[in-house]
Amino acid sequence: MSKAAEGAAPMVRARNVHKSFGSNEVLKGIDLDVMPGEVVVVLGPSGSGKSTFLRCINHLESIQRGFIEVDGEQVGYTLRGDRLTKLSDHAIAVQRRKIGMVFQQFNLYPHMTALENIVEAPVGVHKQPRREAQAYALELLARVGLSEKANAYPRQLSGGQQQRVAIARALAIRPKLMLFDEPTSALDPELVGEVLNVMRDLAGQGLTMIVVTHEIGFAREAADRVVFMDGGVVVEHGSPQKVLGNPQHPRTRLFLSRFIEKV
Amino acid sequence: MASTSAETGRAEATLRDVANAHQPPEWGRWLLWAFVLFVAAEFAWIVARNPNFGWPIVGQWFTEASILRGLGVTLGLTVVAMTLGTALGLVLAVARMSQDRLFSSLSGLFIWFFRGTPLLVQLIFWYNLSTLFPEIVLKLPFGPVLASWNTNDLITPMTAAIAGLSLNEAAYMAEIIRGGLLSVDKGQVEATDAFGMTRTRALRRVIIPQAMRSIVPPTGNQLISMIKATSLVSVIAMADLLYSVQNVYNRTFEVIPMLMVAVIWYLIITSILNVVQGFIERYYARGERGAGSADKAPIRVEEPA
Ligand SMILES: Nc1ncnc2c1ncn2[C@@H]1O[C@H](COP(=O)(O)OP(=O)(O)O)[C@@H](O)[C@H]1O
Ligand SMILES: [Mg+2]
Repeated sequence: MSKAAEGAAPMVRARNVHKSFGSNEVLKGIDLDVMPGEVVVVLGPSGSGKSTFLRCINHLESIQRGFIEVDGEQVGYTLRGDRLTKLSDHAIAVQRRKIGMVFQQFNLYPHMTALENIVEAPVGVHKQPRREAQAYALELLARVGLSEKANAYPRQLSGGQQQRVAIARALAIRPKLMLFDEPTSALDPELVGEVLNVMRDLAGQGLTMIVVTHEIGFAREAADRVVFMDGGVVVEHGSPQKVLGNPQHPRTRLFLSRFIEKV
Repeated sequence: MASTSAETGRAEATLRDVANAHQPPEWGRWLLWAFVLFVAAEFAWIVARNPNFGWPIVGQWFTEASILRGLGVTLGLTVVAMTLGTALGLVLAVARMSQDRLFSSLSGLFIWFFRGTPLLVQLIFWYNLSTLFPEIVLKLPFGPVLASWNTNDLITPMTAAIAGLSLNEAAYMAEIIRGGLLSVDKGQVEATDAFGMTRTRALRRVIIPQAMRSIVPPTGNQLISMIKATSLVSVIAMADLLYSVQNVYNRTFEVIPMLMVAVIWYLIITSILNVVQGFIERYYARGERGAGSADKAPIRVEEPA
């Protein structure tokens, strides 16, 4: 498993992140650093703001206080002299291009085949030559074990296969950071394993990943660090052994105990 | 004992196998079919035999030069007005859905006005624009005049017809397209955002192709309405199919036969369009389970006039 490089600049730096929807404050001051190559698993009860935080990292949601930095650039804003200025929509789109995202509901383009789904962003957004993008897409499909499904439409694939195509699609832009929002929660139980296997491989290859999931087993095996969120704050974080094996905070213990009962 | 029961079991399995079931004849339905066909044939016979329809005259004028020219004008107007209307409608739909209050209210105002007034009135206004604005002037605010035109030179029956029909159509198409865009799953928009696609690229590559499934059926409906709506331009002396037919019967007084000429042409065009629409719908249903037949979008019936 890849270890975070000592002394390197963090890939993600979040400081005092606050986010409200109307009067509902969902994130109440999140601080988090993610080092290059690190795999961070975010756990927490439903409604604790995990998805919202993930979406703030690539500015699908804007934040109201604090700041988030990805790969040394502040997300959504830039310093002009000593004035912090909002970026244009286009500049924000450009910032997002180094971040891959995998959604709970896959969100594959239903009118495109698996291969077309994967090459859409590399060709259309990153302006790669089509042939090169297709060759890489086929390589990625092989990596997620779906070589023979290149020409299938999403509806012709099982949920697990769709999610693996979605992972290949996110990898196709050669992202510096991958965000996973409950990638296995919409899957039938027997299909969860195939997706987690692909993610475990990626974790072993030095990709920087932030994974929101309820799969405690995946956290234990693949995570460098586990973050436990509740009520819009990070309650506890540390190595999987520490957070999962010997949780310090009562809320973490409560959450984990419910989980273990359920499994 | 056991073997006989197994045998009867097998016999029963064959007997009860629904694959061997046969359908009882549905006499009632056959009778109904026969009755309907008989009435239809009888009606067709009556119409065909009725000398008042003047079928020989219909045949004689059906492909006459002035009629075909009128047909060409009708088709040309339909294509041009529909194309301009759809393009402008798309812009209006996107503006209407924009976060920007200025764009969405301007678009809303346009749609409100052009859907809220009769097409006939709009056509007459365009045609008589010169009485409202005798001159159209392009100038800098408080500055020199750059160019000016006499409105009467700009507004011919042709330009008035195109302006009237396409602006009216744009208002209807805007609502149809907006409905289509809203029908696309929000996760799709999110995916295009997350991949850093520009708004236009996301619309062109991901959102519109999916919206087409619910845009095409009502648009086919609009197109057919449009073909018939073009007949309104005869009031501003535009020589479309209906106007050409009227031209003839004003001289010959063969009103019914000449109207039959127009009716048959209109029916031929709409039949062709129905077939084309079927092909387009099947194209945009690709990637669907059981491609083509699955959950058709509801058809909205709206007349533009
Ligand atoms: N777009 C939104 N508008 C309003 N409230 C939202 C929106 N998205 C999330 N929320 C609220 O934010 C809270 C946290 O949601 P979420 O981040 O999805 O939690 P989690 O992913 O941990 O289950 C919830 O109470 C939810 O209702
Ligand atoms: Mg969530």
